[in-house]
Parts: sequence; structure tokens; C-alpha cells
Amino acid sequence: MSENKDFVLGEEKKNTFNLQTSTLRAYTMIGALALIWIYFHWATGSIFLTPRNLSNLMLQTSVTGILAVGMLMIIVAGQIDLSVGSVLGLAGGIAAICFTNLDYGLAPSILAAIAVGVVIGIIQGSLTAYLNIPAFIVTLGGLLAWRGAVKGITRSETIPIADPTFKSFGQSYIPPNIGWILAALAILFVVFMAFKSIKAQKKFGSGGTNPTNELLKTLLPIGAIVGFIYVMNAYAGVPIPVLILLAVALLGYFITNHTTFGRYLYAIGGNADAARLSGINNKLNILKVFALLGALTGIASIIFTARVGSAAPDAGTLKELDAIAACVIGGASLMGGRGTIFGACLGALIMASLDNGMSLLNVRDFMQEIIKGSILVAAVGLDMAGKKQN
Amino acid sequence: MALLEMKNIVKEFPGVRALDGVTFDLQTGEFHALVGENGAGKSTLMKVLSGVYPFGAYSGEIFVDGQARRFSNIRDAEKAGIAIIFQELSLVKELTVGENIFLGREPSRFGVIDSSVLYREAAKLLRDLNLPINPHTRVGNLGIGQQQLVEIAKALSQNAKILVLDEPTAALTESEVETLFGILEKLKERGVGMIYISHKLGEVFEMSDRITVLRDGKTIGTNATEDLSIAKVIALMVGREVGDIFPQTSHQFGETALEVKNLTVFDTDIPGKKLVDNISFSVKKGEVLGISGLMGAGRSELLMAIFGAWNGRVSGEVFVEGRKTHIETPKDAIDNGIGFVTEDRKRFGLLLEQTILDNLTLAGLKMISGSFLTNRSREIVSAKQAMNSLKVKANSPLTVAGTLSGGNQQKVVLGKWLLTNPKVLFLDEPTRGIDVGAKQEIYSEINKLAKEGLAIVMVSSELPEVMGLSDRILVLHEGKLTGEFSETEATAEKVMAAATGQI
Repeated sequence: MSENKDFVLGEEKKNTFNLQTSTLRAYTMIGALALIWIYFHWATGSIFLTPRNLSNLMLQTSVTGILAVGMLMIIVAGQIDLSVGSVLGLAGGIAAICFTNLDYGLAPSILAAIAVGVVIGIIQGSLTAYLNIPAFIVTLGGLLAWRGAVKGITRSETIPIADPTFKSFGQSYIPPNIGWILAALAILFVVFMAFKSIKAQKKFGSGGTNPTNELLKTLLPIGAIVGFIYVMNAYAGVPIPVLILLAVALLGYFITNHTTFGRYLYAIGGNADAARLSGINNKLNILKVFALLGALTGIASIIFTARVGSAAPDAGTLKELDAIAACVIGGASLMGGRGTIFGACLGALIMASLDNGMSLLNVRDFMQEIIKGSILVAAVGLDMAGKKQN
Repeated sequence: MALLEMKNIVKEFPGVRALDGVTFDLQTGEFHALVGENGAGKSTLMKVLSGVYPFGAYSGEIFVDGQARRFSNIRDAEKAGIAIIFQELSLVKELTVGENIFLGREPSRFGVIDSSVLYREAAKLLRDLNLPINPHTRVGNLGIGQQQLVEIAKALSQNAKILVLDEPTAALTESEVETLFGILEKLKERGVGMIYISHKLGEVFEMSDRITVLRDGKTIGTNATEDLSIAKVIALMVGREVGDIFPQTSHQFGETALEVKNLTVFDTDIPGKKLVDNISFSVKKGEVLGISGLMGAGRSELLMAIFGAWNGRVSGEVFVEGRKTHIETPKDAIDNGIGFVTEDRKRFGLLLEQTILDNLTLAGLKMISGSFLTNRSREIVSAKQAMNSLKVKANSPLTVAGTLSGGNQQKVVLGKWLLTNPKVLFLDEPTRGIDVGAKQEIYSEINKLAKEGLAIVMVSSELPEVMGLSDRILVLHEGKLTGEFSETEATAEKVMAAATGQI
């Protein structure tokens, strides 16, 4: 090989479809989602793919999606958090108490929920990182303890939220016009990024990148944005929780792909010893990622409380498992070092689609749980089988 | 009749013909060395032999004692008397020596393990091999060398007639190597045929009856050892004549780059136990300081402690370019201009599932990118420069590091540290387990870096390497400094004497 050979970017680990494995995984997941949607649409007699139901589906995805974004970063760093469901309940409960019982006002109540999440994240992160207690144990303890705390502060009673502004975080929609304006901004951003990428490739010599692929990479998101806004507007506009999810997902994408912190998370999860010897402060970064998940759990708790219109003592039960399942279906490795925000969000959407579709079909509760559990295991099984082949 | 014959073995992976008609034979009681650069097909051939690749996954014929054999799994091969001792030890650390030896074949009555029989048999086996190891010891408490010996005992307990040893001495001290060789001699007398894979040609020539050289999946030749020389074998391995693999140069020294005063490193588990005892030394810019010593002499611990990576207690002072430093963490060390190519690249050096790019820029990320945001373009530029100057053989910076050969992986680790712009570079076993060609490239890189004014401290267990590259050699024995030799003073005898504490 000549020394001056121009390196080809994105050409490694190719398969028959001439795609990178991570890209292939993403396309496979989109394909799986499409199949699930088409099946439900057919089985429900054309109810599933209506604007009304899709809007509802997106709403159902929002809380799990936000949690999955935070959970993905935890899992990438080789950690786990089993307590998010309980923390969601506690943060929501405290927000409701601040708002309804103590009359602190909207902003302070929201901030209180986020603060609760962050503080708990710092506590659990410190115990994990600095006292070397495995995250599984710390957060298993948290799962129990924070649930107990919710029951204590709410005296096991449901606290109602009457205020429409608070509820709007879970129940209202942005007007169609504003939706289109946001879509336009998003498209501009996609085009800008595409130009930047082409410029960078010219500058640093890429060669060999497939132009069709590049075009797809730009056109697919634009099509998705237009389609999404169109469908949402056909019902009532983009739901506020979905907008928040999109913002959180974008933030998560940015952190994992464009910050040193994000890169360090992958390094710590991939090989903690190598990361430490490369000068990375593993402990501090683990603490930070727990705090970040805590903050996102706080945000999710507001949406959850606002959607339901009250804070119940059992709010958020089992949500941690939905979030973890979303990450894993999305291709994250529980060993750490592997996973994407896009995958986690798609995983959350798949989970929500199963919930939604099976409810429409009046599948009984126990059956829904059995099916969801089986699909989770099957998804990872297929992934492993595919890996073995490669 | 040959104990083992392998004829015309072909094994293909997608896109690569790893074995291309290899022929190999082994006689009873023979010590047959199998050498070749990494990727030449040695390990693949042994995997074919041991049933890791079942018949059908390869083509060709295997005869054991003249009988054609087609193994469909490892058990089949074991039943035919073939035992392999892999580079990566396959013992269960939490179990005892005895339990490991009989793992999967525990003497039992009604499904209950008969411990007394198990330990009695294990003790007998160890005694036969003159191994002073208690069968009740937990394997994790043994040194790596003793673990290797347990592995051999395990293989022999299965009545192996053919023993394959893949780099068995890579992690052994000189005395452990001697013990091992003593045992292998004994096995030869018993008629066990041995296939010995090693990069250490000295050992190969000391022990072997015949040598087979593989290159690019082909048998280049099988010759009696007495008809060959090291230079000739190297030439056969690389397919070209190589000159002296150590670059002949004298370095120009500058000012002192690193000075260490009275460094003492304490054990993490046993309070008060000193792993490094009151050591002082300095390195000048442009100088290569070799640190020699046996396994457990405290060499790696010394470097780890200076680098802020030791978890236990450390006392002493470190000066970089005359300034006293307070290094508590690897980050402090990097900020002070120290880089550390750690030993065991898979465990301490690389993110195996991530790209070359991610690995190369990891330690210097904040210098290359900025402290908050990453800058992909600048990272690519840095990574390409490093790959070009170190001649990393890979299609792209986005190649996954784990798919590279050992030599290229090592270059990536080296490149990672060069991208932190160090003033002092620590190298711990920089060429362990990599092939001759890659070794040579790393040697000339080390030499080039010294010429550019980098101060280099290199720990190596390979004496020729330390002697060939260093301007000065420090020798440690049980944590104490027992010798210091200049390039001209150093002889293998003197260094070994100091390393074994005979001074």
C-alpha cells in the first residue's frame, strides 16, 4: 500500500449491500418498523396509519423516548439505571406537590422536578463511580427507595393537576403554521449539514462515497420531516411532548457525536482501563452521565404528569424497562461502548407501536406483555445471529 | 510413520485464502517449531488441527498415526490426543488448580464430584512434572507463568500425544521459561510430539528439531534446525533478506527531560509491601533508556506510578524538564508531557470495537479538537498523518481497531500517544506478540523519535531488544535498582546477572 494513498471514509465493514454495518442496522430497524405498521394497519382495518392514531402514537413514544435518550448514554458508558421509573414518579410527585399543594408556580415546580432528577443522578452516580458499587445494585436500591419516597410524600394518594398551562406540556399541540416554520428550519439545517459534509469530504479526500447514498442521506430526512409535519398537522399539529422529545433527541445526538464528553462515554464503555490510561476521568464522566439522565427523567416526569393530569404514587412503574428495551432493540450493547441515539429513539417508537397497535386490536393485557417481552428477546437474538454471520 | 500429517490444507475466509495448500508433519517425540509473521496462517492451521474449524470448513487431509481424521469439534481432536495451549489462557481463575485440570471431566460418583480423587490425581500429575504447585490453590492467585504450566498439566492429563504451544513464553520470566523447557524435554522423552509457535527465534533454535516456515498461508519450507540460522529463518519468514533489525545510530542527548527521585511504589493489596523500592533515575532528551528485569521486578509498576495510574500508595518526586510535578492521574501526566504506550494493548491500550480514528485521537482529543466539542475534520487530518507516518496498514481511519493485526494495533497505540505531543514517552513491552516486520518498523520509529528529541523510557522482556535500542539500561530486581549500564558496557550476561540479583 502506498504511503500517500488517500484513505476512503466509511468504506469499512461492508456487506453485500455496500453499506456500513451501523447504517445497515438503522435501515433494518426502519424496515422492521414499517412492517409492524403495515401489519397493524391491515389488522386494525385501516385505523393504525391515520393522522389521529399516529399523533397518539407519537405522544405515547415521547416519555419512553426521552428516557431512552438518557438511558442510551448510560448504557454506552457501560452502566445501567434501573431506577428511572421510580425517579420519574418521585420527580412528578414533587412537581405536583410544589404546584398544587404549595402553589409555587409553574416554572419553580418544573425546575424542582428536574432538580430532583439531577440530585438523584448525582447521588447514584457518585455511589457508582466513587464507591465502586455496581450501577445495577445502586439503581436497584434506587428503584425501591425512590418508589418508597413517592409513596411517602404523596401519602399514597394521587395529586391532581388542574391548571391547563401545566397540562399543556402533555396535552396540547403547536399550531400548524409554526409546525411548518420549524420544518423549514429543520430542512435548512439538513441541507447545511449536507453541504458541510461534502465540503469536508472534498477537503480531506474521501473518494468512493456513493453519490446515491449521499443523496439518500439528505433526501430521506427531508422527506421524513415534511411527511411528519404533514401527518401531525392533518390531525391537530405536533404535540408539545413530541416536540420536547425531538429537542432532547437532537441534544443527545449532539452530545454523543460532537462532544468530547460523548466520545469519552463510548471509550469508557468500550474499554474502561484504556480510557483511564488515556487521561480520561472515568469517574467524573460517569457521574455526569447519571446526572444527565436524571435531568432528562425530570423533564419526562413533567410530560408524564401533565399528560395524565395528576401525579399518582405508582406513576412511571416499569418505565425503566421500556427505556432499556428501547436502547437494546435499537442496537445498544449492555456491555457498553455501542449504541446510537437514533437507534434508541427508533426502539422507543417500536415499543410504543406495539403498545398502540395491540391496544387497538384489543389484545389482552397479559398477552401484550408476553408479546413485547418475546419481541425484545427476539430482536437481540436476530442481532446476535447477524453478527455471527459477519 | 509420522505421528501427524497434514496434507494440502486449504482454509478460506471471505476474500482471503488464509491457508493455501499447507503441508506439515510431526514425528513422535519431535519438537517442531512453526514460525512465520503474524497473519502467515500459523494460528489458523492450529485451529484446523484442533477442530475449531470443523472438517468441511477447510479442505485437505489430516492423518494421526496414519489414520485419516476428520474432526468436527474440539472434543474430537482432544480424543485423538491433540491438545492446544492457546496464547490466551483458558483457565477459570475462580477455580482451583485441581478443578481446572479436571474441568469437564471431574471424577464423580452419582453426579457428585469426588474431591479427594480429583486432588489426589491432580497432585500426582503436578508431581510428575516437577511443578511445585498446590492443587488447592485458586488459579487466579498464581502468576501467569505458573498458570501456563497448569495449562500444560491439564493438556497432559488428557493423554495428549500432540501438544501445540502457541507463544507459551510470551509472558514468562527467564526462570519460568527454563522450567517450561525442562518439562518439554521430559515430554519429548515420553514421545509427545510438540508443535511450537513462537516469535522468539532464540528459543526456537534452542529447543527445536525441525522448523517449518509459513508465509502468506503457504509452507515455505521445513528444515532440520541445524541446517538453518536465525538470519535465514527471518529471511524465509519475511521473504526478503533483512539486515540488522536494530537501527545502528547514536543519539544526540539534550537536557534532562525526566527526573525521578526516590520513587517507592506500594502493593495495592498487601500493606507495606514495596513493589518498587526507592528508585531514582533520569532521562535526557533524545535518549532511549531501557529498563530490564524479570517479570515481577517492578518495571511496569514503576512506569504506572510515574504516570499517575497506580492505584496504591506512591512516594517520591518526579521532575519534567526541571519542574517538579504533582501527577495524581494519567491526565496530569499527559498535561506534563508524558505519554505511555502501555503493555497488553488489548487490555490497556485499545478500544477494540471502535475505529482507528477514535483510538488515535482518544488521549489527545482535547488538544486536537478543543475541550468541549469534537472536530471531526481536524481529527481526520491528525489520524491520517499518524497513520501515514507510522505506516498503519488499513484502508481507512474508520477501520475497526480490533480487525487489525497485532503490529498495526500496536502502531495505533503508539500513534495515540504521539498525538499528545509528549516530551517523554514510556513504552511497556512495545513489540510483544507482533511479527518481525512490524517489530522492525517500531524499532526504527522509536529511533526516529529519539532523534527528534523525545526522551524514551522502554520496558522490555526481550533482552536483544533492550540491548539493541537503548543508550543506557537500568536493571531492576525485586523492586530495587541492581544495575545500570551504558550501551557499550552492557552485555547479555551482565544484564541477566543484575536481573537475577546476582550482583
